[in-house]
Amino acid sequence: MQRILVCLKRVVDYNVRVRLKPDGSGVVLDGVKMSINPFDEIALEEALRIRERGEVEEVVVASIGTSDSQQQLRTGLAMGADRAVLVETDAQLEPLTVARTLLALVDRENPDLVLLGKQAIDADNNQTAQMLAALWQRPHAVFVSELSIDGAAATAVREVDAGLEVVEVDLPAVVSSDLRLNEPRYVKLPEIMKAKKKLLETIAFAELGIDATSQFSVVSTDPPPERAQGIRVDSVEALVAELKSRGLVDG
Amino acid sequence: MAEVLIVAEHDGATLNASTARCVSCAEEIAGDQVDIAVFADDGQALAAQAAKLAGVRTVLLIERAENAHPVAAVLAPQLAALATNYSHVLGPSTTFGKDLMPRTAALLGVGQLSDIMAVESPYRFKRPIYAGNAIVTVEANTGATLVATVRTASYGQTGSGGAAAIERRETDASIPAHTRFVELRTASDGSRPDLQSATKIVSGGRGVGSGENFALIYDLAEKLGAAVGASRAAVDAGYVANDLQVGQTGKIVAPDLYIAIGISGAIQHLTGIKDAGTIVAINKDEDAPIFDVADIGLVTDLFTAVPELTDALGD
Repeated sequence: MQRILVCLKRVVDYNVRVRLKPDGSGVVLDGVKMSINPFDEIALEEALRIRERGEVEEVVVASIGTSDSQQQLRTGLAMGADRAVLVETDAQLEPLTVARTLLALVDRENPDLVLLGKQAIDADNNQTAQMLAALWQRPHAVFVSELSIDGAAATAVREVDAGLEVVEVDLPAVVSSDLRLNEPRYVKLPEIMKAKKKLLETIAFAELGIDATSQFSVVSTDPPPERAQGIRVDSVEALVAELKSRGLVDG
Repeated sequence: MAEVLIVAEHDGATLNASTARCVSCAEEIAGDQVDIAVFADDGQALAAQAAKLAGVRTVLLIERAENAHPVAAVLAPQLAALATNYSHVLGPSTTFGKDLMPRTAALLGVGQLSDIMAVESPYRFKRPIYAGNAIVTVEANTGATLVATVRTASYGQTGSGGAAAIERRETDASIPAHTRFVELRTASDGSRPDLQSATKIVSGGRGVGSGENFALIYDLAEKLGAAVGASRAAVDAGYVANDLQVGQTGKIVAPDLYIAIGISGAIQHLTGIKDAGTIVAINKDEDAPIFDVADIGLVTDLFTAVPELTDALGD
C-alpha cells in the first residue's frame, strides 16, 4: 500500500471529569486538558504498526478543527506519522460534514486505507467512519479489534454484541478501531523534537467548498438525573434480607 | 404526519429484543404509523415475529440471498431506498444499528442522531454525550429525513398481540460486493440470558482476579437466573470474552438488578449501568467509585462473600 490516512479529533482528555456550564449552554472547555481522542490514537498506532511491518509507505494524520488541533497533530507526528494536514475551522461540524470534509482529503491523498476511532469520547456519535465510506462508495469495517492486510483486501475482526465478526473488505476501505485493537506507544522526547520538523499543512475549511449546513441544533446541555443515595450493609445476610425486602430475589 | 420505519435486528432465526424497544420509541414519535423492515434471505418467520409486535402497522419483508448476514454496506442502500416514504428511520443503538444507520443516512445525504433516550416531539430529542455525563436536548430540521439510533436501555419492549400486515418488497438498490461476511465467533453458548434484555445481571471486574475465578460469578448468576457481564478491565485481562463487556464502549444495560462484583466503577462502566433498577456493589475497597452509584453496597472480600451469597439464595 502507498498510504494510510488517519483521522485525529481533539477532545477533552479521557481522565478529565467534564463540568457543565451552569446556564445549560454546554461543557466547560476553558483551561481543560485536551488530547487525541483515545480511539483515534489506537487507529494511528495500528497504522504505524502496518508501516513498521513494511505494508505501507506513508502514514498521514489529519484533523478538522481550530488551530489548537495542531497540538494533537504534532503528537501524532511524534508518535511516528510522516506528515499532517489540518482543515482549519472554528465551527462545530456535524459528523456528515466531517465525513464530507474527510472525503475531500481522501480525494487529495488517495489513501489505500482510512483509519479512525469508532467514536469520539465527547459527542459519542459513532458515525464518521460509516458515513465517509458511504460517501466514498467504499467498504467500511467498524469496531475493529484485529486487522490484517492481504494485498488488495483486508480482513477485520469486529467486536459485535454477539461476539466477534470477521469480515473481508476490498481496499481502499475505511476501518474504525475499537479499544482492544492495540495499546498505543508512549511518545519519547527526541521524537517530539523531531516532529517539530515534520510537515504540517493547513487548509482553510472554506477553501474546500463543502456544504456545512447544520441539521441539528443543541437546545440545552444538562446534567444527567442523579440516582438516589444508596445504603451500606455490613454482611451477606443483611444484603440478602435487603434484596428480599425489595422483591429482587425470591423468599 | 410522522411515519417511522424501523430496521429489524435479528440473527436469521429470532428477532432481537432491540426491535421491540425501537417500536416503543417510534410510537412516541408517530403513534400508530410505525412500520418494520426485515432484511433476510429467508425471512417469513422473522416477519411473522415482527408482525406480532404491538403497535406495528406493516412489516416490509425484503428477501434476497445477500441479506443472509447483516452487512451494513449491503443493507444500507436497500434501507435508503425504502426510507424515501418515511419521515423517520430508526435502528437500535446496538452494534448492528450503529454500523448500519450512519451509512444509510449518508446515502440519503442527511445526518444521523445517535442514542435517542427521550422523545420530546417528533423532531426534538434527548441524548447522552460525554459517556452520559451530560444530556443534550437536540432539535432536528423538519425538512430532512430523520435517521436515528434508539438507546435501547431507555425503552421497554412493546407488547405482543399485534397483527400487522406483511408485505414483500423489492428494491432496485445496487448491492456492492466489496464487503464480505466471513464468520461470526460467539463465545456464549446461548444457555444464559442475553445481557441487553436480562432482568438480572451479575458482573465481574478485575477484582475477580482470573478467568477461573469467574466461576464464582457464573455460579451466582446461575442461582439468580441472571446474565453475566464484565467490566472492560476484566475483558482486557482476558478473564472473559468481549461480548460480556458493559459500559460506554460495550453494552448499555437496564436490568432490574445489577450486581457488580470486584468492579471499581470507572466512569465508562457506570455509563453502561445507569438505567439499572437496583445496583448492588461488592468490593473490598470502600472508596471505590462504584459505591457512589450503588443502591446497596457491601464492603468485603468477594471471595468469601460471593459463595456465601450464592448459598444464601436458596435453591
